[in-house]
Amino acid sequence: MTRLSLTLTPVIIIGVAIILAILNLATPATSALHVSDFVVGLAGKYLCYALLALAVDLVWGFAGILTLGHAAFFALGGYCMGMYLTREIGARGVYANANLPDFMIFIGWKQLPWYWHGFAWFPFAMVMVLVVPAILAAVFGFLAFRSRVSGVYLSIITQALTYALLLAFFRNDMGFGGNNGMTDFKDIIGFPLNRSSTTTALMVISAIFTAGAFLFARWLVGSRYGQVLVAVRDAESRTRFLGYRPEYYKLVVWVLSAVIAGIGGALYVPQVGIINPGEFAPANSIEAVIWVAVGGRGTLSGAILGAVLVNFGKTILTGALPGAWLYALGGLFILVTLFLPKGIVGTFARRTGNDAALPTAHEKQGLAAIDGQTADLAEAGADIEDGEKTA
Amino acid sequence: MSQFFHQPCRWRPAILGLLLAMLAFAPLTPAHAQSAPTSQTAADPYLGLTSRDLDDVVSAVNAISVSGDARARKVLDALGNNELYTWKYPRPDAGLFIHDTDSGAWLNARTGATIAAPPFMQVRRIVASDMVTGAIATAEGVLDLSSPDTATRQKAAEAIFESPAAGTLPIVQHALSHEQNPRVRATLLQAEAADQLALSTTDQTTQLAAVNTIAARGDMAARNELASLSGAPKAVAVAAATAIKHIDFSLKLWSWGETVYYGLSLGSVLLLAAAGLAITFGVMGVINMAHGEMVMIGAYATFVVQQVFRAYAPDLFGASVIVAIPVAFVVAGAIGILIERCLIRFLYGRPLETLLATWGLSLVLQQAVRSGFGAENQNVATPDWMSGFFMVGGLTITLNRLCIIIFAFAVVGGLMAVMRFTPLGLRMRAVTQNRRMAASMGIRTPWIDAMTFGLGSGIAGVAGVALAQIDNVSPNLGQNYIIDSFMVVVFGGVGNLWGTVLAAMTLGIVNKGLEPVAGAVLGKIVVLVLIILFIQRRPRGLFPVKGRAVEA
Amino acid sequence: MNAQPIGAVSGDLLYLNGVNKTFDGFKAINNLSLTLAKGEMRAVIGPNGAGKSTMMDIITGKTKPDTGQVVFGASTDLTKMDEPAIAKLGIGRKFQKPTTFENHTVWDNLLLALAGDRSPWFTLRARKQKSEEEKIAELLETIRLTDHRHRRAANLSHGQKQWLEIGMLLAQDPELLLVDEPVAGMTDAETEQTAHLLRDINRTRSVVVVEHDMTFVRALGVKVTVLHEGSVLSEGTLDHVSADPKVIDVYLGR
Repeated sequence: MTRLSLTLTPVIIIGVAIILAILNLATPATSALHVSDFVVGLAGKYLCYALLALAVDLVWGFAGILTLGHAAFFALGGYCMGMYLTREIGARGVYANANLPDFMIFIGWKQLPWYWHGFAWFPFAMVMVLVVPAILAAVFGFLAFRSRVSGVYLSIITQALTYALLLAFFRNDMGFGGNNGMTDFKDIIGFPLNRSSTTTALMVISAIFTAGAFLFARWLVGSRYGQVLVAVRDAESRTRFLGYRPEYYKLVVWVLSAVIAGIGGALYVPQVGIINPGEFAPANSIEAVIWVAVGGRGTLSGAILGAVLVNFGKTILTGALPGAWLYALGGLFILVTLFLPKGIVGTFARRTGNDAALPTAHEKQGLAAIDGQTADLAEAGADIEDGEKTA
Repeated sequence: MSQFFHQPCRWRPAILGLLLAMLAFAPLTPAHAQSAPTSQTAADPYLGLTSRDLDDVVSAVNAISVSGDARARKVLDALGNNELYTWKYPRPDAGLFIHDTDSGAWLNARTGATIAAPPFMQVRRIVASDMVTGAIATAEGVLDLSSPDTATRQKAAEAIFESPAAGTLPIVQHALSHEQNPRVRATLLQAEAADQLALSTTDQTTQLAAVNTIAARGDMAARNELASLSGAPKAVAVAAATAIKHIDFSLKLWSWGETVYYGLSLGSVLLLAAAGLAITFGVMGVINMAHGEMVMIGAYATFVVQQVFRAYAPDLFGASVIVAIPVAFVVAGAIGILIERCLIRFLYGRPLETLLATWGLSLVLQQAVRSGFGAENQNVATPDWMSGFFMVGGLTITLNRLCIIIFAFAVVGGLMAVMRFTPLGLRMRAVTQNRRMAASMGIRTPWIDAMTFGLGSGIAGVAGVALAQIDNVSPNLGQNYIIDSFMVVVFGGVGNLWGTVLAAMTLGIVNKGLEPVAGAVLGKIVVLVLIILFIQRRPRGLFPVKGRAVEA
Repeated sequence: MNAQPIGAVSGDLLYLNGVNKTFDGFKAINNLSLTLAKGEMRAVIGPNGAGKSTMMDIITGKTKPDTGQVVFGASTDLTKMDEPAIAKLGIGRKFQKPTTFENHTVWDNLLLALAGDRSPWFTLRARKQKSEEEKIAELLETIRLTDHRHRRAANLSHGQKQWLEIGMLLAQDPELLLVDEPVAGMTDAETEQTAHLLRDINRTRSVVVVEHDMTFVRALGVKVTVLHEGSVLSEGTLDHVSADPKVIDVYLGR
């Protein structure tokens, strides 16, 4: 990736968003140039996925933490937004109760639970979008990184985390709508969600946030902090013997990444009009990882590109050949890991600095061998590889 | 029958009084034991039914119940169902007719013979008033106690025990004098004791004995019986309280036992799902996210085998599950070897990439099965020899669960034996411990890799045979087990089969132990969170593979 | 060989007393006692499995000893501290296998190793500083990598990586350097240069070198400690220990 593309990425994102917006709002529906609300909505959705991909790439690409549970932060952000939107429905619900959401009346609740208070106020809800994923990430990350859980073990417990949340949010008595989640939203800070201009505005806002998150991430990985982070990824015990505490470095990026994912989820919900526990499904988190792998792990623009490309393919394929999508997605996982380990951007763009610097298989063996936590697994693996070479 | 005692009936004391009077004269004899009618019963017990006086009807009902007549039950039923008729104006034959409302047929109530319909205007229905239905219920209870069927007698005795009334005491005691079956006898004795306690005139010694008899039962019903005791002398009350404490304790033990059994059952399911993973992940270090799909393939292999049996050898269907075991092993094992050769061997030493690629593979396999068999659940039948249950004390042991527990341990035992005693196992251990050394001693390590992975996958397939018995066989089957399986292996300590066994059983029991407290879903969440916390405290699991090589 | 005094003597930099460490029944370190004076360079030799690396692990906090004292300076108990804390105390460690940050340039490797605040908060705000650049330039000269400063560490030769790692150690500005097999895989010329470099370093810092290469140890010309089965077998000049029959037994078999 060149310096140019680093600067270009946010420009392209916002540029495309504005063009789509103009073509949607300023052209008549009959015009050949007209972009439908559907397409604008899709673009907005892809941008939210791009935010999630950026979040995954920050921790996986630059800190070497393969997260299989990042959709949990995405979903939590989404639920915070969903709670605001649900309160915003007010008395327009089926039961016409201004104080209690429909699903609570349905399960016989008489009062708004304490943790719902404040969500009717937009600024509070937006603060929660940032705070809730951050707190979960901080607690989980602190425990995990402090006890030096890493590698595959960490991946598995992130998966277990999102799985546990999935089960929890399925419960009606959690007070988040159980199985059905929350839907039938009417408007957001007064703007009706079903209006074309709102859809377009949300898409443009998503683009701004994606570009902003990209610039923030670029600043982060370009800082000396980012350099230490990559050092931790490549040779964790070396950093420790230099006096760094890798756990805090990981924790910082982990929490920031969770916040970015949460923002993505919060923007996602008003655009798709529903949030339900399905967003916590472990498969969602793993899918986000493949977006990053396709685009290029360790390249920020690659993460965005991957998210957009894979989801575009998904939209096309599920429309044309519904049965083929899972084959395609599965095949993508296999082919990318086997033949395109650096992803599209990592493979085709010229590399400068640390941004695209990914450990090669050989280098990774080296770090696996000195990484205490994964020693038993990695050793077996490294031995196998050595054996292959000597054989 | 049970309605007799449960139904509140204000006439009961009166009825019982009458009944007791009858009993003084009428020996109560089980129907099957009766040879010839006695002088008392030679008189027509049904005569009173034709009277318009309700008291006569009630007396008749009581008389019928102790008459030992073979038609007694039918007539009482008919009376209870408002199907019993007599002449509107008394006639010498004192005719009694049953009008079966379902078939419309008319029967002679005394003989059961079909008769021509009597003239409509000349008969009247015998009305079963509250008083009469109460009498009928009591009478039917008495009849049940003298039924030739052991199970009916047992049930009747049980019902008396559960709602004792002082009035039933003579009936019970009478039944006791005839009862031969030891089990029914025991229940009758308990019912007698309960009745004695209910009777205020019972002396203290008898009451104490009764408390002991009831306490010896040791179940919930006994506890309720003792707890409902009121107005008893102090000594009896104390004895009852002590007995309740004992019963509570033993009940708690049984419920613990039950939790442990359910836990073992769940644990063995987890163990089956995780056993193959303990090889591929634990021994080889391969993160196979398609492991669940190997289980799923095993389940589908079972389904196919059963279909074949259904089509060609329905008589031998019971053997289908047994046949499915090797089939599932071979099919899943072969697919495993194929996966190892075509995919995993290129990714050794790159665990995170392996994870992603095998996840992709799992999607492909799921979709392939969905394309081939459809997305719906397939019907895998449980053979007869695996259905049913038996009791151990207070525990209900269902056969299919028991089979799975035994099977899980057999599979793991077999696996351990393969690892320890076979040349393949020896080579596998050699390769995992020191690949280069093994290679230089002439072991073809790539072949061993493929075989090891095949073994792990085959075991997963075998697990599918068992899981098909208790879970829906659908393309998603494997997904439900993948996280749990990894949890079990990591929790137990990677590379340690014993650890896997212990982890599976611990998780199973903890999960089932939490369920009554927290509910099934919350229990599972709590277990997941506990494991997450545990892994963070001890990343190497319960039984880490120790040694300098790992530590260094 | 010498009877160890109880308690650290002033002037000692590192003091190990009665240290034991068992791995699953295997006694890696067995009642090991060792003292290093301030400014001293010590060579540690011993056959495979003698406990050299475990000793390094214990000093740097990677492994906690079962029993025994490990004291740095006047009274700092190293057994209570973890790796980063010990590193900040002024103990630098070079691994047996050269471990650098492969994706960083030589320059950045040294930059990250430079003594300074290690907190994420600091590194997030850190900017280039003149003093740092001068320090790095100086280090590059010392380890002879000035011409390679913009290359990625991954692209260096094995010997260059060894030097880079030593350079990173120096950048930490430690009081004590623990150097594990610094000349493994080096050419004779490089070995000689490394010996020279270490002697240079020793002018201002204490050094413990673990090495198999006897030529190199001889070139260092310092006191030698022979480890065997987790404890000190012999100590003295190279000639002294070479003549020790116990050492000969261990090396040549009995």
